[in-house]
Amino acid sequence: MSGSGLLKCWQDVPPGTVTFGATSREVETGLWRSMRPVLDAAKCVSCLKCWLQCPDASITTDSDARVTGIDFFFCKGCGVCAKVCPAGAISMCPESDFLSAPAEASRGASPGKAGELFGA
Amino acid sequence: MSGLNIKEMTKREGPLCEGHRMCPGCGAPTAVRQAFMGIDDPIVVVGATGCMEVSSTVYPYSAWRVPFMHVAFENAGAAISGIESAHKALRGRGMFRENIKFVAFGGDGGTYDIGLQALSGALERGHDITYICYNNQGYMNTGAQRSGATPKSASATTSPAGLKLPGKLQRPKNLTEIAEAHDIPYVAQTTLHNPMDVITKVKRAVETKGPAFVNILVPCPLFWKIDPADQAQVCKLAVDSRFWPVYEVADGEYKLSYEPKKHVPVEDFLKSQGRYAHLFKRDAVRTDLIESAQRDVDAQWEKLKMRIQSSQR
Amino acid sequence: MTSGNLAFAEAMRQINPDVVAAYPITPSTEIPMKFAEFVADGRVDTEFIAVESEHSAITACVGASVSGARVMTASSANGVALMHEIFPIAAAFRAPIVFGLVNRSLGAPVNIHCDHSDSMPERDSGWIQIYCEDAQEVYDTVILSVRLAEHPDVRTPVFICQDGFITSHCYEPVEFLSDEAARGFAGTYERAYPLLDVDNPVSYGSFVMSEDYFEIKRNQIEGLNNVPRVYGETMRELAALTGREYGAVERYMTDDADYVVVVMSSATGVAKDVVDSLRREGVRAGCLRVRVFRPFPADEVREALEGKLGVAVLDRSASPGGVAPLAAEVKSALYDCETRVPVKDYIFGLGGRDFFPSDARRVFDDLSSGNFEPGVRYIGLRDKCAAAEECVI
Repeated sequence: MSGSGLLKCWQDVPPGTVTFGATSREVETGLWRSMRPVLDAAKCVSCLKCWLQCPDASITTDSDARVTGIDFFFCKGCGVCAKVCPAGAISMCPESDFLSAPAEASRGASPGKAGELFGA
Repeated sequence: MSGLNIKEMTKREGPLCEGHRMCPGCGAPTAVRQAFMGIDDPIVVVGATGCMEVSSTVYPYSAWRVPFMHVAFENAGAAISGIESAHKALRGRGMFRENIKFVAFGGDGGTYDIGLQALSGALERGHDITYICYNNQGYMNTGAQRSGATPKSASATTSPAGLKLPGKLQRPKNLTEIAEAHDIPYVAQTTLHNPMDVITKVKRAVETKGPAFVNILVPCPLFWKIDPADQAQVCKLAVDSRFWPVYEVADGEYKLSYEPKKHVPVEDFLKSQGRYAHLFKRDAVRTDLIESAQRDVDAQWEKLKMRIQSSQR
Repeated sequence: MTSGNLAFAEAMRQINPDVVAAYPITPSTEIPMKFAEFVADGRVDTEFIAVESEHSAITACVGASVSGARVMTASSANGVALMHEIFPIAAAFRAPIVFGLVNRSLGAPVNIHCDHSDSMPERDSGWIQIYCEDAQEVYDTVILSVRLAEHPDVRTPVFICQDGFITSHCYEPVEFLSDEAARGFAGTYERAYPLLDVDNPVSYGSFVMSEDYFEIKRNQIEGLNNVPRVYGETMRELAALTGREYGAVERYMTDDADYVVVVMSSATGVAKDVVDSLRREGVRAGCLRVRVFRPFPADEVREALEGKLGVAVLDRSASPGGVAPLAAEVKSALYDCETRVPVKDYIFGLGGRDFFPSDARRVFDDLSSGNFEPGVRYIGLRDKCAAAEECVI
């Protein structure tokens, strides 16, 4: 949803259905998250597997390409990073652990059996 | 090809940025992010209607750091043709940069099915473009309906597993081979099992002069009924079981990109996903369909091996 | 001597558009065929894309136009229908494509001859629609339309319609501008937010929820609303070069007329001839040709028809189950007249059925005899229930 401050009158809408590049960086998709990836910097070897596999470009790195953390403004909490991490440096924790108010219990369709196969 | 250094890649801002509205753990944005990681030149992107297009352009925001256009569902091939031609006409006048690359993407709906004609036309005409299919084997934007890419026996919402029918009855078409039959300079098939495979292939496709096609198998956690976190592992199973061989065809020469070391039955791949759950019901395991899936995989693998052999003569 | 199609192609050659993407369909095929010759002979440096369907033709045109290229194409009938999905997208993207629409009946049954059943369904697609009477007008309108469509206040694609075979294939004298004059008039296209500007990236064709969709559509409509002003300015400028000026409507002896026939495109010639004959007989007949159908020149139509004793509207397409497009527009325009103007609607010429002077005369006879029974009348239709003289064709 566009913020109320962004709603334009018809005279001010850019012509041609145009929107501008990279403006989605204003959209806080992190609000969707029910599970939070927690990075243990001591275990992280900065192999960048999480960075490569993150659907939401939410793994942050420094100028030496070392993993510095997770951008919670965007991270949707899918858990891919935790699964692909060879060092076990990322663990998924319920968002409720980080809020004063209890978070909604996680929902969704029952996943398949991949978890079993991969020993999760 | 210039070297691929992941550390260097982290310093670049990718064409697809944060804040898109794809589902958590969806394979498509991973595929699109990886696809563009190795490309140095400026690009213009066209998206066919589909999850990726809709979720990356929710007005007034755009998740595209590069010029992006969506026209409709069935015509990404034609749209990118028009843009590439416009660039040919205009670049000489110093109006725009010389070295722009043109990439179109579509899901399997927009590529295997409704957009096949426009894709075929674009490939035949020889535009200097790359077309990427992010193939999650069904129509996800409308809610997991079957497509021409949906595998046999998968339960989709227009080929549901019911009391009588065991999911989709037909085998998928082989679009990678259909693209290859256009005699274009570069065709490849890959998945999210290994990021470097995706990055390398798309880079090669984009740097190839003339039309190129890359078919990337990507999981849709909702349709495949997998834990979103398992996208990479399920793709690895697809490759290891030979369900989705990863290979490339450069100037007619076939090359396997990865050969599984040990035999993994396709049953393992099927079992990993809820869309095949009806095949594995206790007391009613559909051994016939599982065996038929294995036969299909074996036959397809043999065909591919023959193509590899004959092309390398 | 040249034909409507060849006049269109000649204007294209002079303008030398950046991109042409087209797919052949009778009777518009000659336009891309002739243009392909120009490309093959190096007489233009256009990127010509011989696509695999009309749907891809218009899509490639949209892609090229949004990129910043000047773009032209042509089609007819079912080709136009196949493009239908993309027309509103082109308009919404403010892609000023110049489109040669050679009118042909829309199948089924298959018929290659003229009526307006292909262009009329596109009247709400957000494009400008201009209907030409002859080949000279086709040529002049192409030159005009490039500037009109691309004008920053308009930025709207345009259909230049001509009657299939009647105008598209019949040879008549046409006067061309010099190449320099045509190119000089057309100028160059400058797009706002060109897609190829990789340093200032924009996205086209977003997914828009209810909270913004309405404003975007209203913004788009303003382009059409600005057409009358820009059309007038541009037409005057072109007329200074050619000596020929066309209004949104053409009023032929309507000022003092009692009875007026409203018609479009090539059939106007027949109606004007009959007006001449009737005038000699002392009947105050007139003919109003609607040239610009979108945006519809309602004020000019009202001004021309207010106070008339009778008006007949001749549509070359039907709106099955409703009022035919031109009749609906004319009646709607006359709603604001203080005194009701009697209007009778007719459908003629479907599938290329000839429209004879005797047909036009019968229409004027209806008007002067005060025959304004409700319901549409079909001209030249074999009809068991019709009076004997009306069945003679």
